[in-house]
Amino acid sequence: MNQHASVLLAALLLTVPLAAAHADTRAFVGAKIIPIDGEPINDGVLIIRDGKIEAVGSSDDIEIPDDMEATRLLPEQVIMPGIVDTHSHVGEVSGGDRSGPIQPETRALDSINVRNSGIKRALAGGITSVNVMPGSGHLISGQTIYLKLRSGNEVTDLAYRRGDGEIAGGLKMANGTNPINDSPFPGTRAKSAALVRAQYIKAQEYRRKRDEADDDNGPARDLGLEAMAEVLDGTRVVHFHSHRHDDLMTAIRLRDEFGFRMVLHHTSEAWRVADEIAAADVPVSLILVDSPGGKLEALNLLSDSAPALEQAGAKVALHTDDMVTDSRYFLRMGAMAVRAGMSREAALRALTQEGADMLDLGDRVGSLTRGKDADFVVLSGDPFSVYTRVLETWVEGSRRFDLDDEDDRLVAEGGFNALTDDDGSGHMHEHDHERGARQ
Amino acid sequence: MNRHLKTLIIFLALAVGPGLLYAQDIAVRAGLLHTGNGEPIENGVVVIADGIIEAVGPADQVAVPEGMAVVEVPVATPGLVDARSTVGLSGAMNQPHDQDQLERSAAIQPELRAIDAYNPRERLVSWLNEHGITTVHTGHGPGEIVAGQTLLAKTAGDTVEESVFAPSKALSATLGDGTTRHDRSSPGNRSKAVAMLREQLIRASEYRAKRAEAEDDNGPERDLALETLVEVLEGDMPLVIEAHRHNDIMTALRLADEFGFELILAGASDAHLLVDEIRDAGAPVIIHPTMMRPRGNSQTQHASFTTASELMEAGIEVALQSGYEGYVPKMRVVLFEAAMTLPYGAGFTQALELVTLAPARILGIEDRVGSLEVGKDGDVALFDGDPFEYTTHVVGTIIEGKRVSERRR
Repeated sequence: MNQHASVLLAALLLTVPLAAAHADTRAFVGAKIIPIDGEPINDGVLIIRDGKIEAVGSSDDIEIPDDMEATRLLPEQVIMPGIVDTHSHVGEVSGGDRSGPIQPETRALDSINVRNSGIKRALAGGITSVNVMPGSGHLISGQTIYLKLRSGNEVTDLAYRRGDGEIAGGLKMANGTNPINDSPFPGTRAKSAALVRAQYIKAQEYRRKRDEADDDNGPARDLGLEAMAEVLDGTRVVHFHSHRHDDLMTAIRLRDEFGFRMVLHHTSEAWRVADEIAAADVPVSLILVDSPGGKLEALNLLSDSAPALEQAGAKVALHTDDMVTDSRYFLRMGAMAVRAGMSREAALRALTQEGADMLDLGDRVGSLTRGKDADFVVLSGDPFSVYTRVLETWVEGSRRFDLDDEDDRLVAEGGFNALTDDDGSGHMHEHDHERGARQ
Repeated sequence: MNRHLKTLIIFLALAVGPGLLYAQDIAVRAGLLHTGNGEPIENGVVVIADGIIEAVGPADQVAVPEGMAVVEVPVATPGLVDARSTVGLSGAMNQPHDQDQLERSAAIQPELRAIDAYNPRERLVSWLNEHGITTVHTGHGPGEIVAGQTLLAKTAGDTVEESVFAPSKALSATLGDGTTRHDRSSPGNRSKAVAMLREQLIRASEYRAKRAEAEDDNGPERDLALETLVEVLEGDMPLVIEAHRHNDIMTALRLADEFGFELILAGASDAHLLVDEIRDAGAPVIIHPTMMRPRGNSQTQHASFTTASELMEAGIEVALQSGYEGYVPKMRVVLFEAAMTLPYGAGFTQALELVTLAPARILGIEDRVGSLEVGKDGDVALFDGDPFEYTTHVVGTIIEGKRVSERRR
């Protein structure tokens, strides 16, 4: 083991018990439990211990140890897994700047402000895991970061780690009109694809040299190509912003040429190529909004994509794109998918397990399963009813949002700077007319 | 009465009089009929003849005339009213050619009429229609001190003449950050903006005095801008002032006091901080969309999900607007915005009122729309369940007795 890796491992060993130290050992009794990995359970029991889920089942089947603290909930209340947001811009994230269209060397890691109120708002919406994306407006905007919304003092406290100990995240890419701009940005779709292909060919070459090299004759380090080599290795997933049906197919063509792993994001016109997407076995992270339009490539952004993809057999998750939609009402997007014809089960999975799978976190979060992280949400009623409120959000056995807490309630209901006078904005896609319309 | 006024009145009479050209007869039978004015009626019936509501009541008390077409649905409400929008002037493409809601060539342009830019075939207008919104107050948006006029339209009709029923409803004004220019032209700040607006209103009152004193042919030269402002001063045209920050809201109240115009507050993110002041001034509020996106340290940073319910609780007249969005989604739908007030303190009746009778009253059209009552327009929204649940569908829309949408949305 090299020195770098052992330092990392030591850091991991230090952080994990620290987080678990705050974790409750407790039983939640009486609510309806939607575990996602099985049928809903009435009069359910959820037992958490040391930040993990110890047991899930019905009151009839599960014995609660005498000495365990129990929280009794109402039968109409619901416990579901912590929500996974596959695409968000909370935390004042940045990535590539306006200097050029290809910037894989930039990391979301280096820009996150964990004190930004956007993270609190995400928790108020029941979100416990987030893929924070840099960009947009580039072919390659930079490296994304997967955050667990546990309590933390700086960004690495919140960062998920991969199996190799590295900070977990993907690579943000985009096509269509999003990266098209004045030079040095591409002016057409064909140019966009050509630039991306040329860059991936460089990354292939870099990776080949890296793999063939002995200890000291490898290629000179290139931060961008290093990240792209990880994409080619399969350890870094491409998160591809794409809207129009032909752009979706272009993204799939690039994936097939270079063999990377990819999640398609936004996908306004997925309903037009749902069978092709399912056949290509590409997972999709959808956004659903209140009306079509706002830019040319979202003219046909219809919620119909949700049922169309489900019926075609594709894997579907949802995302907030916060601040395009507010994390605090992410659940309503699932309801909109149901309104459009998606099954309740698929819509619930789209907010939880499917997203977790797309971030390679599916064995840790996404369902209320024994051994997974104790990330869950307590709701006042049905997840898809507009009358329902998020009452509590728990992360790794620790309560991170409580509607009964005055400050938390202010975050859930109030203005963006309800708790802080000078909190940053969170990220909003540039919204001045010309650029806004294009992205 | 001068010739100009006569022409205006004839135009208004024509526009208001006949309504839509295709008025029809139809009856709606709903498992639960929300009339928008009083308790909901189980197994309720609305009978619409010649586009006007002829009878409303329980099915066992209201006879449907023989041969009249009957639509049966689980739930029906009055056609919804969007209290303020830019739709039809702003389009879905969000490209320069479909964005007419704001003209930036001058800070004060009351002469700009909404009817000269309204596109009744804009797909977003149909989108509203398919979501049960039958009346929209739309026109020039926020962003200049006086951006231009607004209109009232039904969300069906192929031409302005068919769909618009009040061509010059109100004048759109803005106070606060939005109007500020950064290129050495004016207004460069709040004080300058208010000074400019006050000066124009004083010019208008002088113009009005000259006109009143004039004989038939020695009146002042016609001035489209001042003519419009005179209507505001005379109380014939409300000034809708978009003001978000608390001090801008107070400025709006101060101006209304000084010039005596009819004030409708719009946006009003900080309204919940000024409940007493707004109530005492008697100003109605067309509140920002519940899900409006606040931006950073901007003047909308205190926009709260609870504002609508807090203001209603205080006895202030409040309606919801779809407002103006510059990006995806390009337009908000007041059905969804009203739904979002429910978990934040509003009851069902209040949420419905925010998008039916309250905006009708604020806009002075409660004799025509906003509730299902005899003599009002036959505008009805049809649902397959609780109108506000996101998992419910709008299953049709009726405007003046005609089924203008049969889509399931």
